[in-house]
Amino acid sequence: MTSNSPSEKRLEELREQAWQKGVVTDRGVDVAGGPIPRKPGYYGQPVVKPPVWTWEIPIYFFIGGLSGMSAVIASAAIVFHHVDLARTAMWLAAIGVVLSSILLILDLGRPLLFINMLRVFKLQSAMSMGVWILSMFGACVVPGLIVLELHAHQVFGGTIDQLLRIAAGILIFGSAFFGTLLATYTGVLIGATAIPAWFLHRLLLPIHFGTAGLGSAAGLLELLGHRLAALNALGYYAAAIESALLIWLSVDKHGMADRAIHEHGSGWLIRIGEILTGPLALVLRFLGLVPLAAISFLVGALVSRFGWIAVGKVSGSDPEAVFASQR
Amino acid sequence: MIGEGIQSTNQRRHSFVQDRVEVGFFTDPSVCIGCKACEVACKEWNHVPDDGFNWSGNSYDNTGHLGASTWRHVMFLEQDRQKGNQVVGSTSSGNGEDPFRWVFLSDVCKHCEEAGCLEACPTGAIVRTEVGSVLVQNDVCNGCGYCVVSCPFGVIDRRPEPLPDAGGAFKCTFCYDRQKSGLVPACAKVCPTESIVFGRLDDLRALASQRVKHLQESGYSDAQLYDPQETSVRGIHAFFLILGEPEAYGLPPKPQVPTIYLKSAWTSAFATAIASVIAALLAFAFFA
Repeated sequence: MTSNSPSEKRLEELREQAWQKGVVTDRGVDVAGGPIPRKPGYYGQPVVKPPVWTWEIPIYFFIGGLSGMSAVIASAAIVFHHVDLARTAMWLAAIGVVLSSILLILDLGRPLLFINMLRVFKLQSAMSMGVWILSMFGACVVPGLIVLELHAHQVFGGTIDQLLRIAAGILIFGSAFFGTLLATYTGVLIGATAIPAWFLHRLLLPIHFGTAGLGSAAGLLELLGHRLAALNALGYYAAAIESALLIWLSVDKHGMADRAIHEHGSGWLIRIGEILTGPLALVLRFLGLVPLAAISFLVGALVSRFGWIAVGKVSGSDPEAVFASQR
Repeated sequence: MIGEGIQSTNQRRHSFVQDRVEVGFFTDPSVCIGCKACEVACKEWNHVPDDGFNWSGNSYDNTGHLGASTWRHVMFLEQDRQKGNQVVGSTSSGNGEDPFRWVFLSDVCKHCEEAGCLEACPTGAIVRTEVGSVLVQNDVCNGCGYCVVSCPFGVIDRRPEPLPDAGGAFKCTFCYDRQKSGLVPACAKVCPTESIVFGRLDDLRALASQRVKHLQESGYSDAQLYDPQETSVRGIHAFFLILGEPEAYGLPPKPQVPTIYLKSAWTSAFATAIASVIAALLAFAFFA
């Protein structure tokens, strides 16, 4: 190494500091208390590996949840003859599934090998199940939207239109089925891992992600001009569940093992997300400020997804959390 | 094994892959001298790229931890504990020394009986070999990163840019290529003190319990075997003799394979799915 390499420079700085102060206390230098290290575990090194996922995954969780639950609203709307609402909801689902697929592929270390996921069907891998759920959802939503639009615009008449109507019904119900799984499996995905703050809350995560998806879908449809009492009711439902989860999370504490949820920046993201989707959205709806409630819920749902990934990174890097979760 | 010379399983050719014999590593810190020859041999044989020179300030360990480009990692532990029959006392009165021991342990992928990474892999890139080891097929892996959070030991990782083969997940291969040709894994082959022993799993387990017993009789009262067979991991193919608690080595005391959490998480997911559908139907039925 040359003398101007960063580590040589750093060594020079340390020598300088030692000369001037008689002691070196900087990061990376363990002199306090002598040669025996006092950090938890092995020099404070992580015991499990924190997730390598970047911004694509929390946005994928958000859009996937919204898109999946839009299909649920679409099918309920079809049952009760709200065709306009069903069309908008199916558009949201279709745009969502395209964006979700792009985000999921972008996140891969080798995006060109994405197709390798489609040669394996593995019940014990939530990642494998998720890929198949997303694929089946896409296979229902995109043709479902096309036939619904063809039917709504009366492009064909007579028997063909009747067939389209039936096909649209089947495909929309299929979308709703895979949509509910798309919105909730992400909770299983991170709940069934070795990261303490995640697996300790594996019951809460699917409920949170699924309900956040439902509330986001209802809120976005309201913002797009569908001011139906039914959507308002769904908004109340989602905000009430999220408020309950906020209480659950603050009661079901595991000390050091899940401190990433209650401390650090990750803890703040979780708290902000829960307040925006829970109590604040509930109060705003109660005051009749529906668009504000919808915006609060959508922002909260997005922040919370980033929060849970941040929790994984903090918790996975924390050796004491792993030890505490196993004692 | 120590004292066997060229008769040691570390030096003999074998046909474990062809005979489908379960093999393992037994790593014994009580004879490790911290030379890091295993790290070097591993990097050389497997063409594992250089991942940077960093001064950690942690004893003589500048490797840090296992990862995508570190498949053997020699740990350096400085502990204020009595070493074996060390005479401990006050140095000022001249009748003993401060309790102190320096432990070196070469860490490696554990090749679990129930492997979290293997179960999690959605492409089938991670497979179980004939000798019971867990192998990542680099040309199949698409770098989804799910194995990284599924390993209870924090071994496997995704290799970052700009290193060669970046984007894929990497870990110890148990030198499967060498084993297929009857050769011993590179780290065990070079280990000058046979701190790393390669051989049949059953033989190694027997050797390990003998070794633990011997050390305990020689004053190392906290010598124990780290081989979690009673947890859901159901035993590991690379097990360790350790002095003191596993936590000090960054080893999880009770590692669990994450698939045990699937049932409860999916139950919660299905319940949420059903509740959402019912909520949507009721909302439209009563409020529209």
